[in-house]
Amino acid sequence: MIRSTCAALVAAAAMAAVHPANAYTVYVTNEKGNTITVLDSETWEVTATIPGGQRPRGILVSHDGKELYVCASDDDTVRVFDTATLKQTHTLPSGPDPELFILHPSGNPLYIANEDDNIVTVVDVEKHTMVAEVPVGVEPEGMAVSPDGKIVVNTSETTNMAHFIDTETYEIVQNVLVDQRPRFAQFTADGAKLYVSAEIGGTVSVIDPAAGTIIKKITFDVPGMAPEALQPVGVRVTQDGKKVFVALGPANRVAVVDGDTDEVVEYLLVGQRVWQMAFTPDEKFLVTTNGNSNDVSVIDVEAVKVIKSIQVGEQPWGVAISPN
Amino acid sequence: MRGIAKAIICTFALTAVAVLPASVRPALSAENVLIKAAVIRVDSQKPLPISRLDLPPDDLGFVGGQLATADNQTTGRFTGKTYETVEIAVAPDQAVAEAQRLVGEGIHYIVMAGDADSVLAVSDAVGDRALVMNALAADDRLRNDDCRPNLLHVVPSRAMMTDALAQFLVWKKWREWVLIHGSHPEDLLLAESYRRAARKFGAKIVEERIFEDTGGARRTDSGHVQVQKQIPVFTQRMDDHDVIVAADEADVFAAYLPYQTWDPRPVAGSAGLRPATFHPALEAWGATQFQRRFERTANRYTRPLDYQVWLALRVLGEVVSRTNSYDPAVMKAFLLSPDFELAAFKGVKVTFRPWNGQLRQPILLTGDKVLVSVSPQQEYLHKVSRLDTLGFDEPESSCKR
Repeated sequence: MIRSTCAALVAAAAMAAVHPANAYTVYVTNEKGNTITVLDSETWEVTATIPGGQRPRGILVSHDGKELYVCASDDDTVRVFDTATLKQTHTLPSGPDPELFILHPSGNPLYIANEDDNIVTVVDVEKHTMVAEVPVGVEPEGMAVSPDGKIVVNTSETTNMAHFIDTETYEIVQNVLVDQRPRFAQFTADGAKLYVSAEIGGTVSVIDPAAGTIIKKITFDVPGMAPEALQPVGVRVTQDGKKVFVALGPANRVAVVDGDTDEVVEYLLVGQRVWQMAFTPDEKFLVTTNGNSNDVSVIDVEAVKVIKSIQVGEQPWGVAISPN
Repeated sequence: MRGIAKAIICTFALTAVAVLPASVRPALSAENVLIKAAVIRVDSQKPLPISRLDLPPDDLGFVGGQLATADNQTTGRFTGKTYETVEIAVAPDQAVAEAQRLVGEGIHYIVMAGDADSVLAVSDAVGDRALVMNALAADDRLRNDDCRPNLLHVVPSRAMMTDALAQFLVWKKWREWVLIHGSHPEDLLLAESYRRAARKFGAKIVEERIFEDTGGARRTDSGHVQVQKQIPVFTQRMDDHDVIVAADEADVFAAYLPYQTWDPRPVAGSAGLRPATFHPALEAWGATQFQRRFERTANRYTRPLDYQVWLALRVLGEVVSRTNSYDPAVMKAFLLSPDFELAAFKGVKVTFRPWNGQLRQPILLTGDKVLVSVSPQQEYLHKVSRLDTLGFDEPESSCKR
């Protein structure tokens, strides 16, 4: 315990020496606790716990770092907080049961998956109005946007598809059938690949977004572990595309995938039922939410090692980190 | 724009199918195709249930089918398929004639919500012209000696249900059971299933008692006054036990046992802690979404048969999406292959046992208002799938197809 704290302090000191301004703010939604835990990425300590509304799940920070958006699923609204004061400033119309969302690269609009109503709702974050509703498959959850902002991808958990939505016309221009219960979609930074995880199928499909074809399916295997426990949800890719991290749910592990070969190279043991993850802006750390152990784990991305776990609220779900 | 979009969608759908490892050739064209299935519910005269909460709604089972058809259609919308489902309720002696008529209308997938004899009669009558999906009959003989080449099962067998309960009771270390069973043939089958489960998992049935069905009305005004006096007398002087397991498929007595027994012991089986395929209180694994969609369609809570019919038709939606075929032989081959899998709101994928066509699945254990547990219990190991610790496993199977 002391050893790891020392190691963390040394790491923090070393980091502080190289990069002066690297204290980022980590926000975690606690689905059951109805709160948001705020952590400091330098000390890895909880600095605040604020009310998050009912069943807070999806969470993200605006590109300028000033606003925090939270899907309060049981309130049927998106709550917006001022990151400086941590006070809620307003809500955004979201459609019923918003679960996950994504911001256009330009910062506006916000594309929200409405889990109950089979639609993606498009919301203008400046005018606070609904712009469009796009009918998709059954139980939409995963949301991703292409780096050029032209395509938003939504995954539908029961229809088992990734729907590609044109951001200008709001029409679905392409659908790719994936494995059972796709919950997350993530583009690489160059837009050349789209990763879509299938929680029950146990695979991550690597999709060529332009062609709409599955190039490869990543499968997972941990010796001694029942295959059905390997349930991929969140996927995050480093900017250079070289490292892909996949949260494996009740397997309690994050798979590390080589971004060039799309082969698994390692499994990192984190907490229980790991679903979502977020990088610090400098990509030094990846924070994972472990829903059933009520904590988050911090992975050193360079060393590919779990360095710390921090207790947060009840059933942590989503995590977002400030850009500055 | 629309025409191009549609062509793109269909092309990509076929492309997506083409890169899958399944080795079946598409048999349907890229144009919009109608997939017409049927749900046959066999209704026979039955006494009223003990509890009015169990009164069957007229649309029992059918609503689950309607929800599945709507769910399939959201995929079909993108892959050029239109799903239609015919629902009919028939008396047992009409089942075969109706099934023949439906097959004549181009239906190659029949969901049977009926008793074992009706299921076998329909399976034998339609032969290889249709796949029959059993959504209600729990008889183990349909999975063993009476299996059929064109018959698959989404409903768990009696053995799977009793094993699910037995695993939990043994996990609790409630190993000493008193088995109280009814006098109807189905009660005797259920009792034998519990005996087998006890042997399999190391529980001991210390005593058995039979509750004879002597007929009469199931419900009367202020009937509880007599129940309160009769049940303690019926259950007095039992050997030391941890739990009472009730085998009462005919619904004659089990609901009267909890809190009325002589000894303060929990009741499990047909009352108290019950194994079930699904339950309206289930919220885990995204099931809340199913409950809400179902309740919006049905205006009532879901019942196990609704879920089973939903599952049966989702199987159809999935196999058609992946094989692009409505040919019974092609569908069956895919369903029994390692490539078929389906998400069923129970946390793991459900797949078919290739040796007898039984859908593997977790079984819920429900109590009063919330889920108590789910079997198979995590501590039971199996070399193929933990789900195969429930029911008859491959080496024990007497199904020759």
